[in-house]
Amino acid sequence: MLSPMETEALMLSLRSSAAAVLWSLPLAVLAGWGLGRFRFPGHGVLNAVVHMPLVLPPVVLGYLLLVALGREGFIGAPLHALFGIRIAFTGTAVVIACAVVGFPLMVRAVRQSAEAIDPRYEQAARSLGASDLKVFLTVTLPLMAPGILAGITLAFARAVGEFGATITLAGNIPSRTQTLPLALYTVTQSPGGEDAAMRFCILSLALAGLALMASEAVSRRMQAEARA
Amino acid sequence: MIEIRLRHRQGNFLIDLDLQVEAAGITGLIGPSGAGKSTLFQCLAGHRKPAAGRITINGHVLFDSASRINLHPADRRVGVVFQEGLLFPHMSVRRNLGYGAPKGRDRFAAEVVDALDLGHLLDARPQRLSGGERQRAAIARALIAEPDVLLLDEPVSALDPGLKARTMDLISRVQARTGTPMIYISHAPEEIRALCSRVITLHRGTRTTATVESAPRPGLTRPQPAAQGLGYA
Repeated sequence: MLSPMETEALMLSLRSSAAAVLWSLPLAVLAGWGLGRFRFPGHGVLNAVVHMPLVLPPVVLGYLLLVALGREGFIGAPLHALFGIRIAFTGTAVVIACAVVGFPLMVRAVRQSAEAIDPRYEQAARSLGASDLKVFLTVTLPLMAPGILAGITLAFARAVGEFGATITLAGNIPSRTQTLPLALYTVTQSPGGEDAAMRFCILSLALAGLALMASEAVSRRMQAEARA
Repeated sequence: MIEIRLRHRQGNFLIDLDLQVEAAGITGLIGPSGAGKSTLFQCLAGHRKPAAGRITINGHVLFDSASRINLHPADRRVGVVFQEGLLFPHMSVRRNLGYGAPKGRDRFAAEVVDALDLGHLLDARPQRLSGGERQRAAIARALIAEPDVLLLDEPVSALDPGLKARTMDLISRVQARTGTPMIYISHAPEEIRALCSRVITLHRGTRTTATVESAPRPGLTRPQPAAQGLGYA
C-alpha cells in the first residue's frame, strides 16, 4: 500500500500533469497546425520561441517563469494587485511549469501530423461547400488525431517527470507542490531514505509504463477504426 | 457558358488563356505535361489565385481581378474529383457522400448512389474500397453537392484497363442522368475521344494558349455508352 506522502505526491503529479496537458492542448494544436501548414513573417521566430523550453535547462525556465509570475513579476504583480491571485509556490505554478515544458513536445507532434496531411483533402472539403472552420473541425483535426494523441502522451510523460522548473517556480511544499520527482528528491536528501526513494522510483516506473500502455492501446484502437 | 480569361505565370511559362465553352455534357481538357492543366483546374476550383483574369460560369463570377472578386471554393459551386479519389479516411462512405449534400435532396443523392452502384458500400470505410470503388464514391460525393460544374482530374489514370473502362462508362451514364456539366482532364487522347463532346486543348510554349473544338474532331465520336468505344461490354 502507498504511504500518505506517496499518495499525495502521486495524485498531485497526475492532477497537475493532466491539467497542464488539457490547458495547453488547444494552443499546442493551433501552434502545431499553424507552424506546419503556413509560412508567414515571424514563422522562424515563433518556431524558436515555441521550442525554446526543449533546449533551455529546466531551472532556467523555472527562474524565468518566476521572474514573470512571482509577486514582483511583470505578470504576477498586476494579477496579485488587481485580483489577489498568487501563482508562484502554488499548485497553479506546478501546472504552469508542467505545461511549459510539455508544450513544445505537443507542438512538434501536431506539426508533423499537420505537415503529413495531403492538402487536397481540405480542398475537396471546401469545394463541397464547407467553410474554413468546418474544414478544420471535420477534416484537418481528425486527420491530425494520431499526432495530437502522440503529443498528449509525450507531454504528459514529460510533465510527470518535471523537476527543475517546478521546484524553482512552485517550490517543494508537501501536499501542495511536492510532485513525485520532488518527493523522491526529498527522501534522497534524508538519512536512511533509500527504501522510500526506491518505492518512489518503482511508483514512477509503474506510472510511466501505464501511460505508455494506455497510449499504445488508444493508438491501436484508432488504427483499427481507420482500417474498419 | 464557362468563360475563362486567365494570365498566370508558372516558372518561365506564361499561361495566357481566353476561351469560352458551353457548360453542358462532358468537356475534355487535354494537353502535354506542364501545359497548365492542373493550374487551370486549381484556378477554376479556387485552390489557386490567378495573377489576372476573369472566370465565370453561367454568368456567376468566380474570379475577376479587375473588380477584386475571388470567391472562396465553398461559394463557387465547382466540384472536384482528384486522381486518387481522396475520400475522407476517417468517415464511412455514407458520411463522405453526405458531406456536401444540400438538405432535402435525399432523392437526388439516392439516384447518384444508384447510378454509380454504391448502395452496398455505404457503410464501408474508404480504406476497404478498391481503386475503382473509391473513385466512384469520390464522383458521387462531388455530384451529390450539386455543383454547377464538376472537374475531374485524371479520374481513371490510376485504374487498371478493365476498371478504367467501367468507370468511364459510369461517368458517362451518371453525367447523362444528372445533367451536371463536367470538365474531364486527361493526358490520354483515347479517354477524351471516348467521353467528351468538346475538347479544350492546351498548347504548351513559353506562352501557353488554348483552343476549343466545340464539335467533335474527325475521329472524335461519343459512343453511348462510352465503354463501347473502349471495348468494354
